[in-house]
Amino acid sequence: MARPLDWQLATVAAVRDETPTVRSFTLRLPDWAGHRPGQHVDLRLTAEDGYSVERSYSIASEPERGPDVDITVERIPDGEVSPFLHDVVVVGDRLEVRGPIGGYFVWEPPLGGPLLLVAGGSGVVPLMAMLRHRARAMPRPPTTLLYSSRGPDEIIYRDELEALSGAADGPGVAHTLTRRQPPGWTGYARRIDEPMLAEVLEPLGSETRAYACGPTALVETVANGLVRLGLPPERIRTERFGPTGT
Amino acid sequence: MTGDREKRMAMDEQLVLDGNAAGGLLAAAYGADVTSWRGRCVHCGTISVVATLRVYVGGPGTVLRCPVCAGVVIRIAETPTGLRLDERGMAELGPGR
Repeated sequence: MARPLDWQLATVAAVRDETPTVRSFTLRLPDWAGHRPGQHVDLRLTAEDGYSVERSYSIASEPERGPDVDITVERIPDGEVSPFLHDVVVVGDRLEVRGPIGGYFVWEPPLGGPLLLVAGGSGVVPLMAMLRHRARAMPRPPTTLLYSSRGPDEIIYRDELEALSGAADGPGVAHTLTRRQPPGWTGYARRIDEPMLAEVLEPLGSETRAYACGPTALVETVANGLVRLGLPPERIRTERFGPTGT
Repeated sequence: MTGDREKRMAMDEQLVLDGNAAGGLLAAAYGADVTSWRGRCVHCGTISVVATLRVYVGGPGTVLRCPVCAGVVIRIAETPTGLRLDERGMAELGPGR
């Protein structure tokens, strides 16, 4: 059995478009002990001259799908890895992967709830693994996803989120669109702030566990806001990316 | 932990992430996934979960700093002969709640 820190060769089993700039890749791992929702894998690309580059990608799929794991990747035009994944990689290709990694930003049913998941942009990916696992597991605590996107076309997993939220015991899903709203939009239309957090937290109550993933500024706003609203810091888990102070 | 990080990396070599993202490298250095371990910053005394440390990548090595005082707690350098680990800024690092 490969340990999580060993590199192994995964085969790309499927590729799926999520939005015009976001694509999911199903990786079939030859040696996979399973993962916990919220964990990530490292991907390593090596050029012919030996230059190699690594990136971390959250696992989007639920553990029940092992040994397949999905990663969801936004195409960044000046990136080193994502243009390769989007423009070059096809089904049947092989990629170096290690993981699963991470023991902190993780949720499993025994941890309980209620659950408040807060995402900015592609920060929704590890939270989607939690929602997908929750849909196939018991117990199923009351759960709300608050998800900030720039515009309607940039909502990742939009149809699946709608289906999940419509199911019995399904999660509540609250969208905020910060830059572009379609005509007749009834969701939030501003950056996540404390009044918004208060509204989504109120029905869940003071025993809520919170997970926030996204750009650093969003995660800081969420973590600080939830503490001011009375959640103990140890019930708030964060995963952030991007520079501080923006 | 997807494309946005990569964009920042291209834009700003002094990218700041958190300890989650360095989990793979840390696992290679420690031989175990230490992201849920805790340790005490020797500079200010704050006890932090490794996943919440600030991580600076893009230089010749990876630097992990205390989220409260920004003091350097762990440094990892990848050298031709392997990983070099300096954890003098982190006391009592270990698993447990």
